[in-house]
Amino acid sequence: MIEGILIGLQTALSFKNLIMVMIGCFAGTIIGMLPGLGPMTAIALMIPITYGFDPSTGLILMAGVYYGAVFGGSTSSILINAPGVPGTVATSFDGYPMAQQGKAGKALAIAAYSSFAGGTISAIFLLIAAPSLSLISLSFRSPDYFGLMILGLTAVAAFSSKGNFLKAMMMVVLGLMLASVGQDTLSDIPRFTFNNMNLSDGISFVLVVMATFAMTEALTLIFKAKDPTKAAKQISLSQLGSIKLDKTETKKMVTTIPRSSVLGFIVGVLPGAGATIASFLAYGMERNFVNDEEKQKFGKGSVNGIAAPETANNAACSGSFVPLLTLGIPGSGTTAVMLGALLGFGIQPGPRLYQTNPEIFWSVIMSMYIGMVVLLILNLPLIPYIARVLATPRTFLIPLILFFSLTGVYLMSFNNFDIYMMIGIAVVATVLRLYDFPMPPLILAFVLGGLMEENLRRSLLISDGSWTFLWDRPLTIIIMLTIIIIVGWQIYRSFFVKK
Amino acid sequence: MKISPSKLISLLFFIFSGFYLYTAYQIQVFAFDENAPFNAKTFPIYLGFSGLVFSALYIILPETNPTNVDLKVLDYKKTIGLVVLMILYGLTILRVGYFLSTSIFLVASYIILGERKWIWIFTLSFPFVAIFMFLLHGLLNIYLRDPFLKYLGIMG
Repeated sequence: MIEGILIGLQTALSFKNLIMVMIGCFAGTIIGMLPGLGPMTAIALMIPITYGFDPSTGLILMAGVYYGAVFGGSTSSILINAPGVPGTVATSFDGYPMAQQGKAGKALAIAAYSSFAGGTISAIFLLIAAPSLSLISLSFRSPDYFGLMILGLTAVAAFSSKGNFLKAMMMVVLGLMLASVGQDTLSDIPRFTFNNMNLSDGISFVLVVMATFAMTEALTLIFKAKDPTKAAKQISLSQLGSIKLDKTETKKMVTTIPRSSVLGFIVGVLPGAGATIASFLAYGMERNFVNDEEKQKFGKGSVNGIAAPETANNAACSGSFVPLLTLGIPGSGTTAVMLGALLGFGIQPGPRLYQTNPEIFWSVIMSMYIGMVVLLILNLPLIPYIARVLATPRTFLIPLILFFSLTGVYLMSFNNFDIYMMIGIAVVATVLRLYDFPMPPLILAFVLGGLMEENLRRSLLISDGSWTFLWDRPLTIIIMLTIIIIVGWQIYRSFFVKK
Repeated sequence: MKISPSKLISLLFFIFSGFYLYTAYQIQVFAFDENAPFNAKTFPIYLGFSGLVFSALYIILPETNPTNVDLKVLDYKKTIGLVVLMILYGLTILRVGYFLSTSIFLVASYIILGERKWIWIFTLSFPFVAIFMFLLHGLLNIYLRDPFLKYLGIMG
């Protein structure tokens, strides 16, 4: 293994590959910041460019783009509450409120440090445990995945404050309902399309996330412009703040990062799970770990609330390379695109990749770590400049947010039907948000809907329609018990704990 | 009897879930799939029932933390103005093209929100959209249909 690592280091540290990592990180950050263009699009755009390169260089460039885009996505989540990718939705829960308090620089710095730490720890895990973890990940079966999805959804308990549990659950159901629109994945039977061809492919994630986050935020800002409490918030938006963290904040991050890294990496290793579930689970887990005083700060600009999802989504990014490189199974949409690129280079990922192309296997792993270092060096000094976007007057910023949202959706389909649908969802979401119906559970449910149905289908078909699959295996029982405890605790808190 | 806005929204969600459930039952599945443990309408049916249960619970149970919104301070005029503008943008984007419709959308939005610095209004509309289009069309090879620019002979 040591020999492999040295080969990887030698390849990754060659001048050409270092330049590629830098270009990749920079291009990825810019593309990731544009709502609608996430890591998957960024990597897809790089595929034709990398065809002229040797496989190692091509993959190194793509790894740089990947991490850059994830960081770029966090930036738009924090600054304008417009998460272009699912993996950074959880970052906006506390990142955006912190930016509103005039601490945008700090929020971006926390995101950068957490991403770096999460990436570093998971890169070490990847070095040590890649082969054995790939075997463990195979032991997860459909019932376990179904349980994992429900566990992800019960993380909504973390987002619903006291008394809002039922509102959060209604939003979960609404998100799952939106995800069910379009052709059934197995039988291709149209569902809820009302004979409209535009709905046959379902509703795109970018559309829903832009409508419920970016557009709703913009519309709410105008809607509540005369509200004295909101007006105060707008003044503080022009403050950029320092990027330096004090001792207390650093201490909070030191405790959050290790546990979120472990969780993120493990979730990332599971095929089909990926950065989104990892970030939501880490956010929920962190909220349960901190003391009551810190818990109250969640959703209002908590340091732990930014550090946990940012660490976990980066750790999951590294983790998702385990099934890709060792089993040939992509753990996420982005790694699926990378699998396509690998096949384009004539490389078949799988257990034999170690033996057949050790330089590729290890150089990708090493370059991922170098990508992290480059990203930190490149982006930290740029944070004050990036954060200046907040100093833009509201009269310009709001139309520009709407412009990026509308363009992001238009670019996906070149269809004005999607624009109308987005406006409709945004108007409904604005009214819902006005009355404290939380949006994050809706988004999480929308992301997990397809996977959840697929795993429930498999589980029920295997057990011939019996629900006994929920307690057939020890792993499923553990997951289901955790869900019952979380839901039970939330119900108890909602109705029986008086403040 | 006065009903709180949150309960009214839950009531609407209850009706919506009922409609969703009815539509779920109408999904046509293959004959051989009709009695299968899981088919295309199984999951939507579960969702419909879940929606009914959660919304009914919210309507029936007392509100522990009601949300109060002062409707008098809300700015309906500007919000509705922007929503109408976005719909008009959707109507024109394919016919007029990306460049002109987006630039006019931006100019109109700035004006609706009360901006009167004309130099900035112009800079952050027509040239801004042109640069953005160049980035997408010229550098990233993402084709943007634009009949107006095509008519002028600027775009192929």
